[in-house]
Amino acid sequence: MRDGIKAGLPIAAASFVLAVSFGVLAQPVMGSVAPIVMSAAVFAGSAQFAALAVLSAGGGAGAAIVAGILLNARYIPMGVALAPSLRGGPVRRAAVGQTMIDASWAMSIREGGLFDPDYMIGATFPNYFTWVGGTAVGVFAGDAIGDPEALGLDALFPAFFLALLVTELGRSRRAVVAAGLGAVIALGLAPVTAPGVPVIAACFAALIALWPAAAPRDPGVREEPA
Amino acid sequence: MSDVWTTIIALTLATAAIRAVGPVLVGARELSEPVVRTIGLLAPALLAALIAVGTFTEANGDLVLDARAAGLAAAAGVLAWRHKAMLTAALAAALVAALVRAIA
Repeated sequence: MRDGIKAGLPIAAASFVLAVSFGVLAQPVMGSVAPIVMSAAVFAGSAQFAALAVLSAGGGAGAAIVAGILLNARYIPMGVALAPSLRGGPVRRAAVGQTMIDASWAMSIREGGLFDPDYMIGATFPNYFTWVGGTAVGVFAGDAIGDPEALGLDALFPAFFLALLVTELGRSRRAVVAAGLGAVIALGLAPVTAPGVPVIAACFAALIALWPAAAPRDPGVREEPA
Repeated sequence: MSDVWTTIIALTLATAAIRAVGPVLVGARELSEPVVRTIGLLAPALLAALIAVGTFTEANGDLVLDARAAGLAAAAGVLAWRHKAMLTAALAAALVAALVRAIA
């Protein structure tokens, strides 16, 4: 778990920055207390930004809730992938599931479809404090902070995800294909679906693992002319 | 109750349920070989989608090429040089995106 905490620190720094911008944007819409409570209780950046966008635009609670759920729905396949690596009864397993965030989930992947749950919990741990603390800073110091976009801070998370992706691409040629397909699906759907749907649909790119069913592990072999 | 608090309470419960459903329902059963291979490809597919949406789309979903793409290219350059330089890559991305915005 200690290794996980150490690995989670740079992500936690980026989470802090993202949380500050959430606090800055949320304060005029939600007041001072609600954004901090939301970060502490929901603890899911993309869902919080999506719900905030709906509320800012004058949408109702129903639309905000649906938007948040759509952006969090990717945790269902992520949780299914994590499940075989977890020990203990339902309560304990559900509790570990609460520590899933994108970066620490991806960092805790080990060989053979398994995860290191202690590492994931450790990597998420510092993120929780910087996420909630950053939201509070954004709410109360919003006026003193400039435009987060002018500082290029919206480019931070794609860069972190790219670093994690590089590790995944090294595992197999099929991982490269899955990544390309996932990106194409997501960008193809983004203009025509609700936010969140493109990323969930991209998960289906992983099904290329099943094709062709009887092929040997090396995906190159089947492509040779017989 | 206000829309804000209704949203917070509902999203708190829904998010907790969504994060729990896989670990609780799938359990610790042994997975078959094809399922293991599919799980192995979930991370690259998901990460690539998060990068693509986070870099190349506007809030309304429209495709766009802006300063974030330059930031991502800078991160890719750093990672090509040093695979493990995660923090350097992220800082390079933010710096380049900020520079492009300052110039544009």
